[in-house]
Amino acid sequence: MTSGTLSAAGASSFSAGRLPFLTWLRMYFRLFAVQGAWNYETLLGNGIAFCMEPALRFLPGGRGGEQYARALARHARYFNAHPYFAGLAVGSLARAELDGVEPALIERFRIALGGPLGSVGDRLVWASWLPLCSLIALLIYGLDARPLAVVAIFLLLYNLGSLSLRAWGLRVGFEKGLRVADALGNPLLRRGPQFIGVVAAVLAGIAIPLAANRIIGAGRETAAEVTVIAIVGGVLLSRLGGRAEGWRLALAILALYVLFSVVR
Amino acid sequence: MSFMDILPVALLGALLGLDVVTFPQAMISRPIVAATVAGAFIGNPIAGLTVGAVLELMALGMLPFGASKYPEWGSASVVGGALYAAQLGDPPGALAGSVVAALIAALGSGWSMVRLRRLNASRAASERQALDAGSASAIVGLQVFGLTADFVRGAIVTFVAMLIFRPIVHEVISRWGSGPTLSRAVVVTVGAAVAAGAIWKIFHSVPLARVLFLGGLVLGVTLLVVR
Repeated sequence: MTSGTLSAAGASSFSAGRLPFLTWLRMYFRLFAVQGAWNYETLLGNGIAFCMEPALRFLPGGRGGEQYARALARHARYFNAHPYFAGLAVGSLARAELDGVEPALIERFRIALGGPLGSVGDRLVWASWLPLCSLIALLIYGLDARPLAVVAIFLLLYNLGSLSLRAWGLRVGFEKGLRVADALGNPLLRRGPQFIGVVAAVLAGIAIPLAANRIIGAGRETAAEVTVIAIVGGVLLSRLGGRAEGWRLALAILALYVLFSVVR
Repeated sequence: MSFMDILPVALLGALLGLDVVTFPQAMISRPIVAATVAGAFIGNPIAGLTVGAVLELMALGMLPFGASKYPEWGSASVVGGALYAAQLGDPPGALAGSVVAALIAALGSGWSMVRLRRLNASRAASERQALDAGSASAIVGLQVFGLTADFVRGAIVTFVAMLIFRPIVHEVISRWGSGPTLSRAVVVTVGAAVAAGAIWKIFHSVPLARVLFLGGLVLGVTLLVVR
C-alpha cells in the first residue's frame, strides 16, 4: 500500500506530506470492523469515523484539537456504503479533511458518495463475487475434495478479492480525494459483474449436480430423479420471484418431512 | 455431547457469527466453512462439510445487502455442523434433523441481529452529545460495544440452539421412519432446487443465462456419468 501526497494546506502537522505507513495499517485494519456499530440510525457512520481517526490526528492541532474533533463529529453521522468499498470513502474523506476542504463541501461530498459506493459494491461483491466463490467451493466439494481443501480454496479465493478491494479503495480514495468518482469508472467495477455472471451461470450448472451427488452419498441411484425434481423446483422458485425466499420454503418443506418421518 | 461440550461450540458460534457483519467479514461465517469447522471441532469434519454443502446451497440466494433482514448463517451453521457431526454412524434422519435445526437457528439468529442493530442505535442515541462534540473515545466505545454485543449474541444463539436441538435431533433419529436413501434424497433435492432458483434470481440478467446454465448442467451430468 502506498501513501498519497498532501497539499500544504492540511499538512502542517507532519513534514513529508504523506501518511506514515503505520497510519495506513491502522486505517486498513480498522476497515475490517467498519460495521462494528452498524445500526438503523447512522448505519456505517460511526465506523467511518472510527477508520478515519488515525489520519485525522494529522490535522492542525493534532489529536484532541478543535479541527480533529469537528472532523470526527462530521463523520460519525449517518453514512451508507458497501463495507468493502468503505475504504474509498475513508481514504477520500480523510484526504479532503487533511487538504483543508470546506466543511460544507465535505458534507455534500459525503451525501453524494454513499449511494454509488453501496450499489457498485452490492453488485460486484454480494451479487457476483460471493456467489461465484460459493459455487467454486461447491464444485470442489462435488469433485470429492477433502474438507480442508474446500474451506482453504474458498477462503483464499474470496479473500484475495475482498482484501485487495479494501486496500485498493483506501489507497485510491486517498489519492483521488474529492475526485474519487473517477475510480468508480474502473472497467473491472463496471464490467466485472457481467463477466462473473457468465462464469457463474455455467459453473452453477456443473457445481449443483456434482455437489448434490456427493451429499446423496450411498443413495446415488436416485441422482437422476433428484436432478430432475431439483430443476423443476428451481424453475418454480424462480417463477415466484421475490414473493418467497427459497430457504424459508426449504425450512417449511424439510420440517414437514421430518414431522412426517417421525410420526408415520 | 455433554452440557460442558456445548460451551466451546457456543464460543465457536460467537466467533463465526461475528464474521457475518461486524468483524472481519472474511466469509468464515459461510455455511461451507462454518459447518465444516464445527464438524472438525467435534471430530468429524466430513460430516460438518456435508451439512455445510447443503446449507451453502440454501444460502446462495441470501445476499447480505445493507439494512435488509437476512438469516445469520455463521452461528446457525455451527449448530448444524456440530449436531450432525455428533451423530455416530450417520443414522437416517440425522442430516434432515440437523439441517432443519440449523435453518431454525438461522431464523432466530437473524432476528437477534435486528435486535442488536436497534440496541446499537439506542446506544448511539445516548452518546449523541459526545459524538457531536467529536469525542474519539465515544466513537471507539460504540465500536467496541457493538463488537462485544455481537459476540455475546452469537454465543447465546448457538448455546440456546444447541441446548434445544441436541435432544430433539436425538429424538427425531430414534423415531425416524423413512429409509436412508430417501432421507438424504429429500434434503438434497430441496437444497439443489433452492440453489437453482437462487442462481436464476441473481444471474437472470446475464445474456444467454439460461443457455449457459443448461450448458453447464449438461457438462455436470456428463461428469457424473463418466466418473
